[in-house]
Amino acid sequence: MNFVIPSFAPAIPEMVLLALISFILVADTFWSKRHQFLTYYVSQISLVVVGYFILTSFSTAQVITFDGSFVRDSFADVLKLFTIAVTMGVFLFSKDYLVQHKFFSGEFFVLGLFGVLGMFVMISAHNLITMYLGLEIMSLATIAMIALRKDSGAAVEAALKYFVLGALATGMLLYGFSMIYGATGSITFPEIASIIASGQADGVVLAFGVVFVVIGVAFKLGAVPFHMWVPDVYHGAPTAVTLYIGTAPKIAGFAMLYRLLAEAMPGLVEDWLSLIIIISILSMVVGSIIAIAQDNLKRLLAYSGIGHMGFLLLGVIAATPEGYAAAMYYVIVYAITGVAGFGMIVALSRTGKEFDAIADFKGLNVRNPWLALMMLIILFSMAGIPPFVGFWAKIIVIEEVVKAGFTWIAVLAVVMAVISAFYYLKVVKAMYFDKPDDTSNLEPVSGSLSWGVSLAAILLLVLGLLPNGLIALSYSTLTVL
Amino acid sequence: MIALSDFLLFGAVLFMISMAGIFLNRKNVIILLMSIELLLLAVNTNLVAFSHYLNDVTGQIFVFFILTVAAAEAAIGLAIVVLVYRKRKSINVDDLGTLKG
Repeated sequence: MNFVIPSFAPAIPEMVLLALISFILVADTFWSKRHQFLTYYVSQISLVVVGYFILTSFSTAQVITFDGSFVRDSFADVLKLFTIAVTMGVFLFSKDYLVQHKFFSGEFFVLGLFGVLGMFVMISAHNLITMYLGLEIMSLATIAMIALRKDSGAAVEAALKYFVLGALATGMLLYGFSMIYGATGSITFPEIASIIASGQADGVVLAFGVVFVVIGVAFKLGAVPFHMWVPDVYHGAPTAVTLYIGTAPKIAGFAMLYRLLAEAMPGLVEDWLSLIIIISILSMVVGSIIAIAQDNLKRLLAYSGIGHMGFLLLGVIAATPEGYAAAMYYVIVYAITGVAGFGMIVALSRTGKEFDAIADFKGLNVRNPWLALMMLIILFSMAGIPPFVGFWAKIIVIEEVVKAGFTWIAVLAVVMAVISAFYYLKVVKAMYFDKPDDTSNLEPVSGSLSWGVSLAAILLLVLGLLPNGLIALSYSTLTVL
Repeated sequence: MIALSDFLLFGAVLFMISMAGIFLNRKNVIILLMSIELLLLAVNTNLVAFSHYLNDVTGQIFVFFILTVAAAEAAIGLAIVVLVYRKRKSINVDDLGTLKG
């Protein structure tokens, strides 16, 4: 058997990123004493450099390398670019938060970049091993980030919960992978798909595999009934880390869902469709109803995130390229909205005080009218109220589900969207109509945070007024294939 | 000759034991870590058995990756357990209930 040197060109962004992370990891120990923020700036520049490499090599052709284990296509490129954009926003908000809460360290950014590397590998995975490795690179980095705040009991507990439940999910996913490998004798996605289509594979073993894979993916996305970790981890983790784990990994989670279900197992759509329908409906119901009882904004956004994952899965229920494109648009919009929403909590938090109870938002309009207006935009976008971008995201997934013939699911989704509007409006009411408990003026929000939040919120409005570009991008990525 | 189904049954039993270990254990976080390792070993058994019966080496390579990652995972898990112990002077699962709602 001859060894052929694989083409490295498709993986250049990942390799550049890995080299830069390794450099920052070592260099940080030398320069962190004298130049505190250098690691932060170099991390942001690294992301820009990697983004540049992706942009310059952008093409619609699909390139597979490393013996079928790695793929570079426009789907991967687009999602990677949005992962970079979202992570840059996360880092921007995190810097001031870390300084204010006195645990600024270069490790936060190094681990964040390792997480991005893991997401890249997941997005470009083309066989089961690559998918598993990408998932683990991402999970281990995020677990370490949650535990970075060593003096906080809640953060350490959240890290342990995330670790145990995440490892359990990975175990389930791997058990499913082993079944799929056993039934088809292959681990690359197109081969698995063609063997399933030819009907040679053992149906029972495959069905087992599909069930475990769907459970594992639902766990990683944080969809009901595998959502127990989401509120605890979002609540316990430092807000900067919540901001990170609540946004970019969802994009990678969607890529994993698409690669596994749509690329590797399109022939088993009857097997996984009913599971996805149940998970989607339960997520929308639980996300909308349990969130009403929450009085902590981080927990509320966690439940809202669970609900959003239910809506995302509507696009997958359609199981058409258009449906996946709608889900892709949804996840990108969700990640941008999440950065804005958690970014707002980060921007308002003070030294030694988190600004995450809904009671803290009472009378925000009196104390800082501009930030109250920005929060209003963010919450309206999450609720799906036009003209903000969340409205378009909801409408196109619902449209795809109706086209696929599941009108009753669409009706349910609309009802749940209306119920979920209630708790977003509860925060709006607290901001605009309640008397503040603490009438002292807010400490001035630092310039870069205020700018960042305003920019993110206005982006939600602009994308809502001019939605065509991003929708067309998502559709052209997935329907050309 | 041992049949493939016997290996799969063995893997399923290991899987069940580790599930029981995770969900029934209310005592010690270390037992949770051990259950997670057992879960991965159940997967490895499956993969090796399939690999042998399919006459295909890919499954065994997959096992190497899982073993390596499991070691990294155990390192992070134990580090977090140490943090929990320093903070609470206990690694009892029942004491990990401050985040509720």
